[in-house]
Amino acid sequence: MTEPTPSQTVGPFFGFALPFADDANATGVESRDATRVEGQVLDGAGEPVPDALVEASQGEQFARCRTDGEGAFHFTLRKPVVNDGAPCFEIVVFARGLLRHLRTRMYFPDEEIANRADRVLQLVEESRRHTLVAHQDADIVRFDIRLQGESETVFFAL
Amino acid sequence: MSDVDYEPPYLYPDYRSTELRAPKHEPVRLPDEWFHHALGPAFGRIPVRPEDADLTRQHRGEPLGERIIISGRVLDGDGRPVRNTLVEVWQANAAGRYVDPVDDHDAPLDPNFTGAGRALTDDTGLYRFVTVKPGAYPWRNHLNAWRPAHVHFSLFGPSLANRLVTQMYFPGDPLIPLDPILRSIPDPRGRELLIARLDLDTTVPEWALGYRWDIVLRGRRATPTEA
Repeated sequence: MTEPTPSQTVGPFFGFALPFADDANATGVESRDATRVEGQVLDGAGEPVPDALVEASQGEQFARCRTDGEGAFHFTLRKPVVNDGAPCFEIVVFARGLLRHLRTRMYFPDEEIANRADRVLQLVEESRRHTLVAHQDADIVRFDIRLQGESETVFFAL
Repeated sequence: MSDVDYEPPYLYPDYRSTELRAPKHEPVRLPDEWFHHALGPAFGRIPVRPEDADLTRQHRGEPLGERIIISGRVLDGDGRPVRNTLVEVWQANAAGRYVDPVDDHDAPLDPNFTGAGRALTDDTGLYRFVTVKPGAYPWRNHLNAWRPAHVHFSLFGPSLANRLVTQMYFPGDPLIPLDPILRSIPDPRGRELLIARLDLDTTVPEWALGYRWDIVLRGRRATPTEA
């Protein structure tokens, strides 16, 4: 009687409805530990996905970014301090052609020791773990999301 | 019981856009402890004004089309109301055209209709929107592909595990059995869960028909407790 309501795709036409003012910035870049993440959503042919919606969260912080014509997204969240495991951002991806959203995580490139000890990363085949770790690119943390194909991002199920 | 057949797969070739976007690897199952730290994010930065729940009053004039009221309860997997949670909706106008610049369907825009709304559920988990019934529209998935009339819904819920984006359909729509997006749900009973029902109790006489649609958020069953 209380079966969960099934998911359906976000479709291509959410861009007038879901964005909101300053949606990608859960915090100002000037705030301590603010991390600006930039990335691209790519499909199985390596083409940019221009109609995806990326949501990133960490604790109470929430950011939302619609990809642009190049499949590019960005968001700014504060990097958390954690006692157990490695700090990470929770990421959810919606798009036309995704009948259900995809759930992944972004780990930090400068946390090698903590990453090695992280319980969730340990569940992932070693050869695929790198898809969950961002790259430092000058001041920017870069994290691409590959929906399919070579170096497909690891996605999680509940 | 398993609800796997109530969820669409990632790859569903009849919906062509899934072919290059469905991951090929099996997802990695998160450990139980993930759920202990999975309190949902605060969506408080998303502005919700009272007028956002009435899509017919966002412009100078009234939109064309059949005025309707869509309401229902948001429940968790144990049937308990989900209070004070954000519900976002978006839809085409009565002619089957979205305001979104990506939509190039040759049907008129309505200067009095945007088609986006937000509301919070009340203490009983109830949401309510006033809008106009969206029109069907063609898409290019296959020859003569037409989407049944639908309203998109986005919900948060109290846990990260609850996040849901879906679509609500209207009862008796002859396009429903033809729609690959709805048919991607393997079990027909799952498809039924996305179809609202006409509801005279929420209909406002001489003013607007009421449609009723309850939403149940996913997430592991909580341990039963005595209320």
